[in-house]
Amino acid sequence: MDMNGGQALVRALECEGVEVVFGLPGGAILPVYDPIIESPIRHILVRHEQGAGHMAEGYAHATGRPGVAMITSGPGATNGVTPLCDAYMDSVPLVCITGQVPYAAIGTDAFQECDTTGITLSVTKHNFLVTEAQDIPRIIHEAFHIATTGRPGPVLVDIPKDIVDPRNPRSAMTWYEPTDDIMELPGYRPVIVGDPDLVRAAADLICRAERPVIYAGGGILKARAAAELRALAELIDVPVVTTLMARGCFPDSHELCLGMPGMHGNYTAVTAMQRSDLLIALGSRFDDRVTGRLDGFAPDAKVIHVDIDAAELGKVRAPDVAIRGDCKLVIADLLEALQACGGVDAQADRRAWRSQISGWQERHPLVYEQSEPGEFLKPQYVLEVLRDSTPDDTIVTSGVGQHQMWASQYWRFDHPYTWINSGGLGTMGFSLPAAIGAKVGMPDRMVWAVDGDGCFQMTAQELVTASMERIPIKVALFNNAYLGMVRQWQEMFYDERYSEVYLSYDVPDYVKWAEAMGCVAMRVEAPEEVAPAIAKANEIDDRPVVLEFRSARGENVYPMVPAGQSNSDIVVDPSQR
Amino acid sequence: MNSSVDAGASDHGHRFHTIVTTVENKPGVLARVAGLFARRGFNIESLAVAPTADERFSRITFTVDVASSPLEQVVKQLDKLINVVEISELSPTESVERELMLVTVEATGRRRHELLELVDDFRAYVLDADGSHMMLSLAARPSRLDDFEERLRSFGIVQLQRTGRVALPSLEA
Repeated sequence: MDMNGGQALVRALECEGVEVVFGLPGGAILPVYDPIIESPIRHILVRHEQGAGHMAEGYAHATGRPGVAMITSGPGATNGVTPLCDAYMDSVPLVCITGQVPYAAIGTDAFQECDTTGITLSVTKHNFLVTEAQDIPRIIHEAFHIATTGRPGPVLVDIPKDIVDPRNPRSAMTWYEPTDDIMELPGYRPVIVGDPDLVRAAADLICRAERPVIYAGGGILKARAAAELRALAELIDVPVVTTLMARGCFPDSHELCLGMPGMHGNYTAVTAMQRSDLLIALGSRFDDRVTGRLDGFAPDAKVIHVDIDAAELGKVRAPDVAIRGDCKLVIADLLEALQACGGVDAQADRRAWRSQISGWQERHPLVYEQSEPGEFLKPQYVLEVLRDSTPDDTIVTSGVGQHQMWASQYWRFDHPYTWINSGGLGTMGFSLPAAIGAKVGMPDRMVWAVDGDGCFQMTAQELVTASMERIPIKVALFNNAYLGMVRQWQEMFYDERYSEVYLSYDVPDYVKWAEAMGCVAMRVEAPEEVAPAIAKANEIDDRPVVLEFRSARGENVYPMVPAGQSNSDIVVDPSQR
Repeated sequence: MNSSVDAGASDHGHRFHTIVTTVENKPGVLARVAGLFARRGFNIESLAVAPTADERFSRITFTVDVASSPLEQVVKQLDKLINVVEISELSPTESVERELMLVTVEATGRRRHELLELVDDFRAYVLDADGSHMMLSLAARPSRLDDFEERLRSFGIVQLQRTGRVALPSLEA
């Protein structure tokens, strides 16, 4: 069937099962926006290209399906760089289509030209510059294949205008079905099955360990291995820490769950890893925010490291057993190997370890002090009320900073894919667009964006998108008038010399601003107002809602392992010192 | 540069490593490979690229000056590049290395004869000549090229170009 490149591109997206594209048109991508009109694919018109990328990420996090963003050349593409890098750091499957100036104009400094593939080289799993219309179906299929297999990640496809413009003869092509057979990727062979000898070696280490901890990372979620992880933890009766990227992959309410480790992890999770004699790292990458000072990290622990990405094995900490493979398959093999060597009966006696852990849990729970009458709210309190007033499977997104840490600490994640945040890159402004993407992908679920006032001001305009597209997300905006996490560091490590961290409680007026963008908005200032405001917000399902929580400005996130220090030097809440 | 240069301050043996990759013969692939080194501040000492017998693929041979442990990480990262089909490190003891040099040297009067003797000794070739210059070529082990270059200095080197080493695993390795 004869087509033009623009039609072929839209058709190819349909063939990949794409149901929604987040984007913003512009000169170079214009020809693709014409066939979009006839396509069943829903297009969400964003207000800034960064929003399109984060929405696609939120969609991918929530659904497990690749998110798709479509933006124009030049400034459109450069605005997309942040979400691409974010997706690269957090292994989010994303396909980003960018318009490009006509092929013959590339390299001439044409209007809205930039070297998109060059700029995005180091923030994508792979990128393509398509030079012939005939290649479009194949390359789109390859892009989705690369984005979703192996270690997932963002793939960018740069499309010169001439090969999609029906008025240009270079756009003529003959349609063909994009199938796996036509892919030309001789260098791409993701390994997914673990080496059985290594799996047996891992099982052997596990059986003999007296103080093991399962260190579950985001790879568990990417591999959709939550059930396997649970089976493993229960079979060997070993506690699990879930990293910032893995929150929800193992239920917080499970007795073996220790919660989040790391710089702002809880005392028990941090200390259990520190004292462990075996870390079973599953889809985790020994991030510096988890390990603290590396030479002091878990000094007595042997390490089993399972990851689909060979480059993660030994990157930070030399493993005793390194298994390259998909977590779902490797854990399933590990379960078999453990059963074969005697299952639960073959496990070392760990009663002392369990009781030591319970002791830490009793002595060092997460704590905060409720605000005095007349004072602004404690964010921890608000998050507890929000957690208890929303359905179990509510999806929570977050920006970056104090509110992110409190959300991760105080929420109770009992289901996978209910926590969406920017972990690796730490992108302020992620929460709101990610929530929109998640809600588009999971329209029947309640979606709350937890956000800070600093973050909110970076991507707030996407509330216009949410209003116009009738995407009823809810925003819990913690307004403490500060770039809170930076303020905390200046308080603790810069002698309380506050430099450029004050934002203001009153400017902007968040309620008016949100209302101007088509939202219902409420300001909440006292503890007794919190639950009623949330109840009201939960009832609204036809437009976005913003609740501004006036929050205590001096509140700090604890526990904390100061940057560059050992996890053994964890600083607990002042009340526990 | 010499492949037997020792690690000096580094902890893991030789600092110079020869990496051979088979890549897809497509635009931009060299930039992807080179970019991984550039991003980490590693210098590529020499580089040779050409299509293989199967023209869909190219072989890139490069020598880098890196300690072993960061190199291992870079090699794994290189392997992740979609266009990289195969990658291996070739140790000097288990491979055959060759490099080509073209060099124009001053060659006047009685030194002309002396130069031709040197060409003979090294089994180099004279590719071009005029009354005062000769252009020579030598294909040999990189260390032999180093020696040749050293010996030519006294004649006066006008221009010199080396290709960067290429290597294949030795048959006994």
